[in-house]
Amino acid sequence: MSGWRHPTAGRVNRERPAGFHFDGIALTGFEGDTLASALLASGTRVLGRSFKYHRPRGLWGMGGEEPNAILDVTRDGVTMPNVRATTELLEDGMALSSVNAAPDAAHDRYRLLDRLQRFLPAGFYYKTFMRPGWMTWEPMIRRMAGLGRIDPANCPPADCPRINAQCDLLIIGAGPAGLAAARAAARKGRAVWLVDEAPEPGGSLRWRGGFIDGADWREFVDAVQAEVLAAGGRVLARTTLWGAFDHGLFAAWERRTGLPDVHWRIRAGEVILAAGAIERPLWFANNDLPGVMSAEAALHHLVLYGAVAGRRIVLATGGDASYPVAAALAEAGAEVTLTDIRPEGPDAPEGVRVVRAARLTAARGGREVRCAVIDGEAWEADTVLTSGGYTPSVHLYCQAGGKLDWDDVRDALVPRRGTAPIMVAGAASGSFGLSAALAEGHAAAGGEGPAPRPEGDAPWGVTPMRPDPALPGRQWIDLQNDVTLKDVGLAAREGFTSVEHLKRYTTLGMATDQGRTSNFAGLAAMAALTARSIPETGTTTYRPPFTPVPLAVIAGRRRGALFNPLKRLPLEPEHRAAGARFREYGGWLRPAVYGTGDESTLAVDEARTARQSVGIFDASPLGKIEVIGPGAPELLDFANYVRMSTLRPGRARYGFMLAESGVVYDDGVVLRLAEDRFIVSASSSHVAGVLLRLEDARQDRFDPSRVVLHDVTAHWVTLTVTGPRARDLLDEAEIAVPEMPHMGVAETTEAGHPMRIARVSFTGDLSYEVSVPARHSDDLRNRLDRARGAVGGRWIGLEAVMILRAEKGYILVGKDTDGLTMPHDLGWGAQRERRRDEYLGKRSLFTPEGCREGRRQLVGIAVSDGDAPLAAGAHLVPLDGPRRSLGFVTSSYRSPGLDRPIALALLEDGRARIGDRIGCFHMGEVRAAVVAPACAFDPEGHRLDG
Amino acid sequence: MQRFQCPFCGLRDETEFHFATEAGKSRPEPAEEVTDAEWAAYLHLNDALKGQAREVWVHLTCGEYFLMTRDTLTREVSGSEALPGRAS
Repeated sequence: MSGWRHPTAGRVNRERPAGFHFDGIALTGFEGDTLASALLASGTRVLGRSFKYHRPRGLWGMGGEEPNAILDVTRDGVTMPNVRATTELLEDGMALSSVNAAPDAAHDRYRLLDRLQRFLPAGFYYKTFMRPGWMTWEPMIRRMAGLGRIDPANCPPADCPRINAQCDLLIIGAGPAGLAAARAAARKGRAVWLVDEAPEPGGSLRWRGGFIDGADWREFVDAVQAEVLAAGGRVLARTTLWGAFDHGLFAAWERRTGLPDVHWRIRAGEVILAAGAIERPLWFANNDLPGVMSAEAALHHLVLYGAVAGRRIVLATGGDASYPVAAALAEAGAEVTLTDIRPEGPDAPEGVRVVRAARLTAARGGREVRCAVIDGEAWEADTVLTSGGYTPSVHLYCQAGGKLDWDDVRDALVPRRGTAPIMVAGAASGSFGLSAALAEGHAAAGGEGPAPRPEGDAPWGVTPMRPDPALPGRQWIDLQNDVTLKDVGLAAREGFTSVEHLKRYTTLGMATDQGRTSNFAGLAAMAALTARSIPETGTTTYRPPFTPVPLAVIAGRRRGALFNPLKRLPLEPEHRAAGARFREYGGWLRPAVYGTGDESTLAVDEARTARQSVGIFDASPLGKIEVIGPGAPELLDFANYVRMSTLRPGRARYGFMLAESGVVYDDGVVLRLAEDRFIVSASSSHVAGVLLRLEDARQDRFDPSRVVLHDVTAHWVTLTVTGPRARDLLDEAEIAVPEMPHMGVAETTEAGHPMRIARVSFTGDLSYEVSVPARHSDDLRNRLDRARGAVGGRWIGLEAVMILRAEKGYILVGKDTDGLTMPHDLGWGAQRERRRDEYLGKRSLFTPEGCREGRRQLVGIAVSDGDAPLAAGAHLVPLDGPRRSLGFVTSSYRSPGLDRPIALALLEDGRARIGDRIGCFHMGEVRAAVVAPACAFDPEGHRLDG
Repeated sequence: MQRFQCPFCGLRDETEFHFATEAGKSRPEPAEEVTDAEWAAYLHLNDALKGQAREVWVHLTCGEYFLMTRDTLTREVSGSEALPGRAS
């Protein structure tokens, strides 16, 4: 218990206390606190257990780099797992619980694992859990490792808007460099978007402070914001720019209080990355103990929240930037000793004891820091702050394809100019210190006149610090994934010397902090161990997201009903009122059956009625692609397996569209309304694809000025009347039907609006497809509905239609065909033999594959052992001899017309086997069946005429 | 998210487009005179160029096929034009 709340420091609202719980203990923070600052100020040290060894871990940092303080947060009874304590604002009533600890962080029952560390080196999973197999061990390991728990009650609403935006200049990071760039650009009249993760702009100015152009930094920030807004720009706070994508698209996640988060997709004319830098840790024995913290973070928590890291503080550093930190902590009332690895440095701040040329080699303590060992001498301390230099935040530059260069002077990997379409300014480019940041930001935006100037810029001298393999004890490189310097050494000895191999073998840098505090040290350690330079060792790849982003934000509103919106029928309300049960069929929401009760029974009843008297079903999704113009016949001839130019006006013809591979892509009827006007009735789920293939041929093969295509599927409602009394029903409905043969079509006028009637049958019975413009669908529907009683008709759903078509052996492409089925496999071989002209897929029908013996052909299957329908998908096998698959059942129903099960199948040499007995294998059992013609019902087709 | 230039509609997101074919592949005809190998090459062999490539794409929202020249490595689009004989 060492952190404390300073009585006056910080900008939290002390009038508004916020009560919260951590692992069941009641604590209090203030409005404006982050979870991290509230926990720090409350004195809570152990915030979780480490990933592998279950060692106690405490707060390290102040932002997205935080490797330890990851908590499950329960608010209003709903738990959000793995929240970074440093970036989440405290709310009254929150319940926080530690992750990877049982029952809690203070009393973790797996803590003894740390004693076994000798037996748990890097890669021990791969070496140890080989036998009897990983799957045996996985559940146990998953229980012990891993982070937070998923809350099944956590189903956030699909309410995050996704907003596309454009701006002249996108500036990532609103610290000094970003602000200077924003000011310069705004003054040139450019629309600037200034984006920052923090609740307010300012960046490091917020805790390091400073005077700029003679005024307090706050005035500078306010003035820049005003100028940005006046020039038509925007300032987004609490917004994480999390990904750079192709062609200059940037994704940002804006967090809002009381409103859904926003997912921004920003395209900018220019981009300036001013994301700052992240402090590196130091490497010494037990550098993972709770109480070891980033020095920069300690200043951040003190200045912004009044949360002081400890009372007896040792600050170990090699850079000038740590001196103001020590000064601020001493002024706040802590006892501060600063140990500088350099023999010389800035003057000792007031109240700070400075020890020069001193090296921190170990921290000691059980559950938290008790003392720091400096040059062999143990110093009592409750807190150890460290600063090992700064790593520029170059993630987004690299995501955008940028490369890095090693810079000895800055002791960092810095962006190589010109390798990504992004300018980099300030600490992100390795230019540390306030005046450098302001000058670079100003220059990056093409600033005119002098750059903003700070008063009394602090020195920024730094000595490179590296992990030392000669130092005794365990030194942590990656805190979140529990990787030590020894693990890096083991990887080097076992040959995993490439950084990409090091990363995967030891899991270094692969945790949710993405190695912000660890990648550099791992890289430097590997370079030292293999006697290579850092550029020779290389860096790993940076990928989005920059920080973990909730999937709910990325998914936005595209969830549930809006994920893949269904197409709806204009008559859906009427069908619902008639008791229809709806289901998706090929992207359309359509009636499956009408009424209540068992669905298959209802479907069979509906099919029986349609066979005995008449059924009406909504066939509106049936494709209606108009093909218009003098070039229409030749286009359709090319696009179809069956010639359509020979069709007479007023007639319809069934055909197939093939892919160039010769495989059946779609089937359907083509109607010819006039010499130069056709309608292609593509299958309801294939309309877009058929249209695209027709367009391809139209534009790339024919004269597009001679033929146009127009998809009017959604413009027309089609109701199909089918059954022996279909004509009676239409008469009863007083719909005038011109005399026409089977496969005839006519355009008429009914009550002043256009109507199209086609005698096309998908059921084998006399059928009329009656189409009217969608706005007149009520009238048509009501007339048919009123008339059906007189002829004993009823509405039937798609399930009944499926039965009726299967009885006739009519196929559904994609269900009764697969990716190998050619038209001659379906019994349509005549055109293949006869046609001399070119058509889509033609040549493929004559390849060795197309001519092969033993192709799977469409057949029917009759069951000879009882009443149960066969399982769709069941394999057909020989009844005698070695078992192998000869094909499979594609459709299977109980036929009301025949009062027995029927099935369609694709079967090797199927037509030659008609009459043969065959086995039907399903779930280990073989049923005896007989191969039959595909058409089981009314094979002579008498019923087509009613 | 890439952006492509439709010669008819302008710059649009890649989700509005479909790749059709590599440019300059002509369909071997008549079928009776095309060998199995020629046909297989037409169907299956693509250059899949690394670097500058000329391709036919379709802008789904307007339905127009067009020619696009782009770098498959850097993803830079250097030009798009209507099919020969098609005004844009």
